[in-house]
Amino acid sequence: MNFWKHFRERSWLWGMLAGILFLIIGASTGQLSLIWRKAVMICLECIGIG
Amino acid sequence: MLKKLRFAVQVLFTILTNGYLYGFLNGKIYQGNLKYTCVPGLNCYSCPGAVASCPMGALQALLNRQGVHIPFGALGFFFLFGSLLGRFVCGWLCPFGLVQELMHKIPVFRKRKTLPFHSVLKYGKYLVLILLAGVGSLFLFDGFAKVPAFCKYLCPSGTLLGALPLMAANEALRSQAGGLFFWKAGVLLFLLLLSVKVYRPFCQYLCPLGAVYGWFNRFSLVQIHWEKESCTACGLCQRACPADLSKEEISRSPECIRCGRCVEACPQKCLHFSVKSPDTPKKASSQILHKE
Repeated sequence: MNFWKHFRERSWLWGMLAGILFLIIGASTGQLSLIWRKAVMICLECIGIG
Repeated sequence: MLKKLRFAVQVLFTILTNGYLYGFLNGKIYQGNLKYTCVPGLNCYSCPGAVASCPMGALQALLNRQGVHIPFGALGFFFLFGSLLGRFVCGWLCPFGLVQELMHKIPVFRKRKTLPFHSVLKYGKYLVLILLAGVGSLFLFDGFAKVPAFCKYLCPSGTLLGALPLMAANEALRSQAGGLFFWKAGVLLFLLLLSVKVYRPFCQYLCPLGAVYGWFNRFSLVQIHWEKESCTACGLCQRACPADLSKEEISRSPECIRCGRCVEACPQKCLHFSVKSPDTPKKASSQILHKE
């Protein structure tokens, strides 16, 4: 019971650590580069002409 | 005091994350390394001033790849911002939220907090997240390429922050505007006009990013803490809340954007911003902001 109580109290921390882990996986698999490549060109769909 | 602070943060954050002036003047966009990261709010990466990427655009860019992959890069930003801030992002850091609030300040019409059938319509944002940003980006094709369906067909931030300034400064883009652009301009115009009457309608009913951050509201680090013991149940907090949330729902509800109006309205000072879960005892709380 105590374990779950502490786990729940710190759930924001587990969420944050999961976020950092996901970002590391994303960076190592080239996903952040893909985001960058998409973001540095004008997105024609986003502006409604694509 | 809190109201002014929030407005100042909203304006400063919008300027900070859209501060690439050269882009506005020349109809080009920033191409530096900061675009490897995402801003927390809905901020089109095709805005000439944007210095970082949009998390919802990033999610769709990853889903638009060949095959089905888990979009870890975008999920990482969602978990990071969501776990720390929840929908505080919507209330304090989103440029399009600021635009809607400014529209709501226009002193015409009798103001409404919500639309009729709010209890049903509020689930619209989850539909947009699943059907447009998720399924649409995975399975909707334009020729042989997948399309970012939310950005393409709905996102008003892309039209306001991306399309309009780019087209104003770039003749070549202006000449290509067709039916899709006018559809998106219509969506933007409708939402802006609706914002004059209703408080942040896009955030309440359509924003997929709000749907994601709403899920984190219950356990995010930044909370609005309610001290039950000193509450006199006067109802002033619910009256002040733009989402019409009761004192029990404030902070925990996925609809709470942490705007702090309840904190300002409480005469007993039993609502305050805190950096801990509302489930844990009060004495351990570490307050970061308190009503004057």
